[in-house]
Amino acid sequence: MLIEYIIPRMDFSAAGKASTDMKRRLTQLGLPVALIKRIAIAMYEAEMNVAIHGDGGKAEVEILEDCISTRFTDKGPGIADIELAMQEGFSTASEEIRNMGFGAGMGLPNMKRNADELIIQSEPGRGTTVIMRFKLQTGEL
Amino acid sequence: MRASAIAHVLNAEVITCQELADDLEIITACGSDMMSDVIAFVKDRVALLTGLTNPQVIRTAELMDIRLIIFVRGKKPSSEMIQMAKEQSIMLMSTQDSMFIACGKLYQAGIMGDIAYQAR
Repeated sequence: MLIEYIIPRMDFSAAGKASTDMKRRLTQLGLPVALIKRIAIAMYEAEMNVAIHGDGGKAEVEILEDCISTRFTDKGPGIADIELAMQEGFSTASEEIRNMGFGAGMGLPNMKRNADELIIQSEPGRGTTVIMRFKLQTGEL
Repeated sequence: MRASAIAHVLNAEVITCQELADDLEIITACGSDMMSDVIAFVKDRVALLTGLTNPQVIRTAELMDIRLIIFVRGKKPSSEMIQMAKEQSIMLMSTQDSMFIACGKLYQAGIMGDIAYQAR
């Protein structure tokens, strides 16, 4: 099953809808609560990044037999130094974004902490793709 | 501590889900305006104290299974936020106290917060 969400740029009313919708869907599927929380948190951070930094984009979630695979793509400015961006507290968010409660520099670290696998593909000027996978134990789905 | 007792301690106005006040048990609390920090550190049965009033506060609460949000400095949520909170059975309160005073009062009343803010 493939589910796709459009993530509008800088729309703080809509941002977070993909992850909260997915949290509800996964709850209906009966997955373990701790796993659902990890997925929802990681997706939320990725979703906010696409909305805030990526000029908007999309999220695709695939529910497979052995894992839940998520892919976030945007055509934003890209990440110049991924290693630096991964550091807790590092953020390029504007003052305006910080005033809204974001830009703590915890987004990517939160994703890494919660996903079983995190792949970031990015080049300045060519957008960013973030893939996160969450393993499922046999019989969980 | 029950949500009803928290409302009493903070002299807070209950905005949504008054019916939960006597059943909702809060173990600890987190005071923050940075939602990513809330996401990074919060554990279960937490009350969130914040001065931030945008829909992302409710989304963060929904993601983290936070059932009580207390707005400090007399801040009031928008009608959109109230609607979102009602749909998710999230209790909203507003107190005139500042963040520091509100956190202090709750701490003094016995909410020590030892399990809320703990790096994994």
